[in-house]
Amino acid sequence: MIESMTSIIDAPSTSSGGHRDPGTSAAVAEHARPRPHEVRLDTVGRSFPAPGGRQVVLREVDLSVVPGEIVAVVGPSGCGKSTLLRLIAGLDRPSAGEIRIGDSPLRGTDPRTAVAFQEPRLLPWRTLEHNVALGLPRGTGKRAGRERVRELLQLVGLEHAATQRPREVSGGMAQRASLARALARSPEVLLLDEPFGALDALTRLRMQDLLLEIHAAEPTTVLVVTHDVEEALYLADRVLLLRSLREDPTSGSIARTVEVPGVRPRDRADRSLADLRVELLAGLGVHSPSTPTASAPTPSAPSASTPTEIPS
Amino acid sequence: MSIPTDIPLPTSTGPAEPETAPSAARPAGPRTLWDRIGVRLAAGAVLPLLILIAWQITTAAELVPAYRLPGPLTVLQAGAELLERGELGLHIAISVQRVLIGFAVGSVVGLAVAAIVGLSRAGDALLNPTLAALRAVPSLAWVPLLILWLQIGEESKITLIAIGAFFPVFTTVAAALRHIDPHLVEAGRCFGLRGWSLFRTIQLPAVVPSVVSGLRLALAQAWLFLVAAELIASSMGLGFILNDSQQTGRVDRILLAIVLLALLGTVTNALLGLAEKKLLRRWT
Ligand SMILES: Nc1ncnc2c1ncn2[C@@H]1O[C@H](COP(=O)(O)OP(=O)(O)O)[C@@H](O)[C@H]1O
Ligand SMILES: [Mg+2]
Repeated sequence: MIESMTSIIDAPSTSSGGHRDPGTSAAVAEHARPRPHEVRLDTVGRSFPAPGGRQVVLREVDLSVVPGEIVAVVGPSGCGKSTLLRLIAGLDRPSAGEIRIGDSPLRGTDPRTAVAFQEPRLLPWRTLEHNVALGLPRGTGKRAGRERVRELLQLVGLEHAATQRPREVSGGMAQRASLARALARSPEVLLLDEPFGALDALTRLRMQDLLLEIHAAEPTTVLVVTHDVEEALYLADRVLLLRSLREDPTSGSIARTVEVPGVRPRDRADRSLADLRVELLAGLGVHSPSTPTASAPTPSAPSASTPTEIPS
Repeated sequence: MSIPTDIPLPTSTGPAEPETAPSAARPAGPRTLWDRIGVRLAAGAVLPLLILIAWQITTAAELVPAYRLPGPLTVLQAGAELLERGELGLHIAISVQRVLIGFAVGSVVGLAVAAIVGLSRAGDALLNPTLAALRAVPSLAWVPLLILWLQIGEESKITLIAIGAFFPVFTTVAAALRHIDPHLVEAGRCFGLRGWSLFRTIQLPAVVPSVVSGLRLALAQAWLFLVAAELIASSMGLGFILNDSQQTGRVDRILLAIVLLALLGTVTNALLGLAEKKLLRRWT
């Protein structure tokens, strides 16, 4: 009840983008897109009530993601990556600090933002195409909506499974449908929580390339949580390394911010990133057995056998 | 201890009846003779036929005096006689009408109140204790009050039946709404669904199995409360036949009314079962 009240109050403040004008919304913002928005976090903190006081999960997160930037978030399991994404998605409120998208402070969910969750979260009684349609902006016409859904399913390679129910498809297919649903509104801010975690190694590489293609075609501000350092370095302009406050209860949550050199699309075998990878892994508590630079393995296959993934 | 299979448990995962489960969940194995619909109907008729034969033999041999237990043919004749006078159709029609209206009203109100109690903590805190207390009141205790307030008209009976239909729907659906996967609701919120659209798109479909089992229980309760209402105060309907025949000693008509109640209850339940199959196929 309270949430629906606040969302009504919020509604006007979200219409700063010109394309939400009802006359053009049916055309689904592909043409004349406004600039993607900046995402700013000012000393954001989040704590949860816990037995014997509050458990601080995020502290003093200062972050500014410039429009069109891709930021990857890595960190040990339970350090608050999903919590951070939920805060930016407006599904949760910070206990401290403020979040802004564009010029407006965030209050509740925002139609400019889309999320693909860690779990696919598809409605089990809907076919994949109708699940994807759930992500379309409000007020999309029937024909335009169907057209867009077909496009998206094709994009993620699911056109053959359009009429199947989630329980009839594999976990990887469900996750791709969830990604398509998030893309359906052509979001200006795209939040991805381990979007490729359930995919097999090969599909994962394909989906990473797909994400970069989509980003190149429609520059969107992207925050992607991943447990794969290799993936973070391949996708992102910047990598944010979070620390777990359980082990280090007094510092801020951001352990490091790493600018990734070079421009996309990057060479997966780029040896200049090897040092960075070793550095990030060290930040995550995974240490290479020998001197980092000399014997860094070729970063060509981010599979479970290479030490690039943090167990989550 | 075994749970009777025709009382679905109020879970959000679906009713306990195997026949309503999606076909994928049916236990694997070859379809035997017993799965064929014709065979099932025939098999179901075996026991009633045996009872009918035993009944006929007992009465024909005059093992029981006829004023205690008239034969099947006498019962049939009583039915034919009432039918000819145009009364039987009227009694059946009025009873069916009361059940359907009371069932519809009780179910709709039950669904609405379940939504309030199941989806909002304030609604739960405010309404649930009162509803639990009302639910504890035995159905017949309402009758004098309803008669005083609403007179012996249709309203008092329909209200009683609606009360009977309300609680099964309310209880099963409210419990199911409380246990919807919060992840799905959050996904809905994040794609801009709020209030009514969230309810329609996510919360209601997620509890369809519970709604359906609540409705089936409610229908059974509606017939139960119909007879309670008509037995006590009415001038028409199957319950009236029961009460009236008791006073005039017409055992044949009593048996007729009982058989008719069994048939009507079975038919309405079967119709709801068909709707259930369709709904579950669509929404699970
Ligand atoms: N709603 C909540 N209530 C209480 N604790 C929570 C809640 N959400 C997250 N947490 C806690 O926050 C911590 C971080 O969770 P999460 O953000 O999911 O970590 P991860 O980095 O693995 O995504 C966990 O210890 C979890 O128990
Ligand atoms: Mg997580």
